[in-house]
Amino acid sequence: MVVKQISIFLENKCGRMIRVSEVLGEAGINVRALSIADTSDFGILRLIVDRPDEACSVLREKGFMASVTEVIALEVPDTPGGLARALTPLQEAGINIEYLYAFVQKRTADALILVRVENIEAALQVLRENNISVISSERLYSL
Amino acid sequence: MWNKRCESIPREQLSRLQFLRLKQTLEAVYQLVPYYQQVYRDTGVEPGDIRSLEDLAKLPFTVKDDLRENYPYGLFTNGLNEVVRLHSSSGTTGQPTVVGYTRNDLEVWAELAARALAGAGAGRDSVVHIAYGYGLFTGGLGVHYGAEKIGATVVPVSGGQTKRQVRMMKDLGTTLLACTPSYALNIADAMIEMQIDPGELALSSGLFGAEPWSDNMRKIIEEKLQISAFDIYGLSEVMGPGVAYECSAKEGLHLPEDHFIAEIIDPVSGEVLPEGTAGELVITTITKEALPVIRYRTRDITSLTRRPCSCGRTHLRIAKVSGRTDDMLIIRGVNVFPSQVESVLLDIGETEPHYQLVVDREGALDTLEIRVELTEQMFSDKVKGLEGLEKLIREEISSLLGISARVKLVEPKTIPRSEGKAQRVIDRRPQR
Repeated sequence: MVVKQISIFLENKCGRMIRVSEVLGEAGINVRALSIADTSDFGILRLIVDRPDEACSVLREKGFMASVTEVIALEVPDTPGGLARALTPLQEAGINIEYLYAFVQKRTADALILVRVENIEAALQVLRENNISVISSERLYSL
Repeated sequence: MWNKRCESIPREQLSRLQFLRLKQTLEAVYQLVPYYQQVYRDTGVEPGDIRSLEDLAKLPFTVKDDLRENYPYGLFTNGLNEVVRLHSSSGTTGQPTVVGYTRNDLEVWAELAARALAGAGAGRDSVVHIAYGYGLFTGGLGVHYGAEKIGATVVPVSGGQTKRQVRMMKDLGTTLLACTPSYALNIADAMIEMQIDPGELALSSGLFGAEPWSDNMRKIIEEKLQISAFDIYGLSEVMGPGVAYECSAKEGLHLPEDHFIAEIIDPVSGEVLPEGTAGELVITTITKEALPVIRYRTRDITSLTRRPCSCGRTHLRIAKVSGRTDDMLIIRGVNVFPSQVESVLLDIGETEPHYQLVVDREGALDTLEIRVELTEQMFSDKVKGLEGLEKLIREEISSLLGISARVKLVEPKTIPRSEGKAQRVIDRRPQR
């Protein structure tokens, strides 16, 4: 039930983000979601794409520092308090969230949350016990 | 050992031989080179005043500028009469220098390069791939004639076209690679890119020199190429590659004392330093004919030991060269060698030695920025992880050098790679 995310190291220089997009575009890879964490010197671009392994290898071929990281995709109701209801059980189980980002789907009433935790297995267990919907990678990549 | 008789000569016998040869050399330059006549007249020392090896310290130094000022043939003993080859070192700082060799000088040079190759395990059955530049630079031809002398099969490929070099090494069954250490890393990277496992090659050793490199860089080259890496030292003003070389013990580089006398001096005061103390290496040639040099200041920082070596060679050993007196940066009054920064980066473990120092000035204060290329092992997809790495490097630099530096992680392959020597430093400070 884990989802593969691509993480890319980017120096804060003009055109690097565009270049990532071009490389993926040329390879026919579609970006489903993205988030960027940045400092004054560099950024880490995190992407959910339809073909993660291929995306990672084409980016590396073009000289980018890219790696595949495993994250969990949660489906939460797109309503006030929806996110908190999904995250509370994790917090109660002592599972630390390293980062997360969200995107809203086109045709459903649910929002998707991508969560990176230290212990993925434990997190999945907690989410299952609390009936929080975890999205499979197949479904996510084909959204 | 290539030449057991000479390389393991008892030390008393060696001292007598050195003294005899030193006297001959001094007589020759005093008679034949007007420059030395003038210098010795000015300092009031004649060859006759040199009664022991220790007396050598009475003579003045020769420096690179003396070669420049006497360009092209002013320091040659006999013009071009017996000279069969010239080499030249690039004049990046102005006037180039020219060095000459008689037929006998080339014989000695090949002999010493052969000793170095044998020290690195090469022999008749070896296939030696020489990726040092051929031409005016002494690297290519120097190792070339040594390899032919020991009867190895030589592939004189010179620099450039790295992927083609990798294919040739694979196809031709290369057993020993000779090039600069930074080019060895280029070759290793090309193998990864070409998805060639070094284990598929017959390559077993490497002879690397022409630029300072650390023991940590050795570890990385050895792991990446799956070889045993040996250091070779040389400079054209003295001869070329083969002025010192490692044996299987790899505890310093043997300096062939039957052809050279080595001293270590304080680069500032010029005083001869005791055994084991780091300073500038000074070499006197005692068998060279065309262009002998007396107390030549190499500008290389090392130390020397005469302790016996487990390999059986009796010649003294110099430590791996840790920097050059002219690579030395003075940042906020502190002496900094790029090799020190390299050792910090490598001690941290996972860092590959692709780095660059950028020195600049803000107001009255010097600034040092260390750019480090990110590698797969270092990469974390968390900001905290990368910032932690930057902090670790910064702290290690500060504790070793006593100065603060800004550390900047950069994308892979963004620091220029060199086919020959690496440019590790960009100094943007305005010239005073």
